[in-house]
Amino acid sequence: MKKTFAVFVCFALSWFAVAANAQLVIEITKSAEDAVPVAIVPFGWESSGAAPFDVAEVVAADLRRSGRFAPLDRKEMIDRPSQGDQIRFQDWRYLKTDFIAVGKLMPEGPGFAANFELYNVLTGQRLAGQRLTANANSMRALAHRISDIIFEQLTGVRGAFSTRVAFISAEGTPPKQRYKLIVSDYDGENQQVITSSDEPIMSPAWSPDGQSLAYVSFETKASAVYVQTLRTGERKRVSARAGINGAPAWSPDGKTLAITLSRKDGDVDIYTLELNSQVLTRMTFDPGIDTEPSWSSDGKKLYFNSDRAGGPQIYEIEVANPNRATRVSFENGYNARPRVSPNGKQLAVVTLDRGNYRIAIIDLASKGMQVLSEGRQDESPSFAPNGAVLIYATQERGKGVLATVSTDGRTAERFTNTVGEVREPVWAPFPQR
Amino acid sequence: MRMTRLMLIATTGLMLAACGNKPLPEAQNTSESVGPSTSTSGADSSGVGSSALSAEQQAMEAAKAAGVIVYFDYDRAEIKPEFVPVVAAHAKFLNGSPTRKIRLEGHSDERGSREYNIGLGERRAQAVRRALMLQGVTENQITTVSYGEERPAVQGSDEAAYAKNRRVELVYGR
Repeated sequence: MKKTFAVFVCFALSWFAVAANAQLVIEITKSAEDAVPVAIVPFGWESSGAAPFDVAEVVAADLRRSGRFAPLDRKEMIDRPSQGDQIRFQDWRYLKTDFIAVGKLMPEGPGFAANFELYNVLTGQRLAGQRLTANANSMRALAHRISDIIFEQLTGVRGAFSTRVAFISAEGTPPKQRYKLIVSDYDGENQQVITSSDEPIMSPAWSPDGQSLAYVSFETKASAVYVQTLRTGERKRVSARAGINGAPAWSPDGKTLAITLSRKDGDVDIYTLELNSQVLTRMTFDPGIDTEPSWSSDGKKLYFNSDRAGGPQIYEIEVANPNRATRVSFENGYNARPRVSPNGKQLAVVTLDRGNYRIAIIDLASKGMQVLSEGRQDESPSFAPNGAVLIYATQERGKGVLATVSTDGRTAERFTNTVGEVREPVWAPFPQR
Repeated sequence: MRMTRLMLIATTGLMLAACGNKPLPEAQNTSESVGPSTSTSGADSSGVGSSALSAEQQAMEAAKAAGVIVYFDYDRAEIKPEFVPVVAAHAKFLNGSPTRKIRLEGHSDERGSREYNIGLGERRAQAVRRALMLQGVTENQITTVSYGEERPAVQGSDEAAYAKNRRVELVYGR
């Protein structure tokens, strides 16, 4: 369980690399021993020369990161079948592999097509088979789609490998830094700069339809909440009141933002802001700091952080009747930034665990807490839309990097970007199918 | 596990090394924070003419000489005794120049949650605002902004860096 495999997987993406061409190193910091063994055989290439893209490598990395699968090391593969009738199941049983995925890549039109199949090694049964096409610059997307199909077929849970994350990067040395809001694939690839500024940008939040991001920018030398539509780049300033304008969180119906304001008197409280009508409703009334709201999945409650009892702790309120707050966190003296799990049953939080800020999960029914991360300054947990993995920010040699941990705590990885300091990852919802 | 341990050893080593270089980080902080070394802002260097600093300008320089940064303890927003004179100097200036405006920029160290740290920075800025108002400065002379941990004064993950980042900067507008 605690065994660490110091495996470094380098995605050297030569001609597929996009604009930001961030070379990404993924370091597996913890891997599960009871994960299901699978073989993702390197895909065949039905043309001359070298294969243009290693589909199987991306698929294996996706499945490993989920914490539920242990892909077989390529060096142990004695055979490289690329279609079902070439698989000698006996051999793969001998390698103690439960499932095997095989496939081949071929040129098609201006792009490529991939045929892939998934088999149960024990029974020889074909579980899935599909033909997918992609143009040259979306081969990673194709590989992620294959991962999604395999994951859903074998776990019954929708795969979240085709999703995106937003995060903040800061480059340069304080006090002069350049801040960027970036959107990338969930694994940090295909980075796109959404907005940038010499003043801080923080607290990105995805709209439930995945089309827009709300965030805080200090570009006017004061904080304001903006909403930006990704496809068009259209941008609206939705709150620029005196004092703090922060911590935007979308209601599940996408019509309302919960935000933190301090107004003129400096009392830091949570409000809801109806986006169409601009109606502002106060949700918390305590003189302490009340911030970091997160909506329950039914939109009826808000979870938030308040230091009304001394240190920061998590509370909940009914949006329709916000006068009474109920405390939710009871372990440790510092619990902050709650995020509700997709099934609504857990909260991910930042907790001060024996001197270290770490990511933990609180079970809302039992109120029990499980600490998942092992860093010194871990923050900003965000659930994958299928609830299987959390992405969060951690530090490596004094530099902010992103990391994931499976919500059962069994698998952990760090993404080491080469440029700048990165933080505040937020996982996008599923793309609409 | 082995990696983690190695990293721990490395980090500890670095920290020890850092401590070795700066034997008295606490003393250093205090001297730097209260000392008159702080007024390096180039705001008034733009050709007022060296001989003709107005009386108001001189009063402002005197206030700045008392210090332009108030430092705070971890997770606290009380103004410590050594910074009471700093705030008083600015209150005196602002009382004498009721058209001048001051901007209070609250900051925190990097530990903990970012939006909570925005709250902490605001609380610190508000503490300085209240102290100024209690000494007669009017509400419309003061604006506050909290940057939380987003704009550190110095980089670093040790107590010396944290102490320099937990602050309110007093900035005069034009």
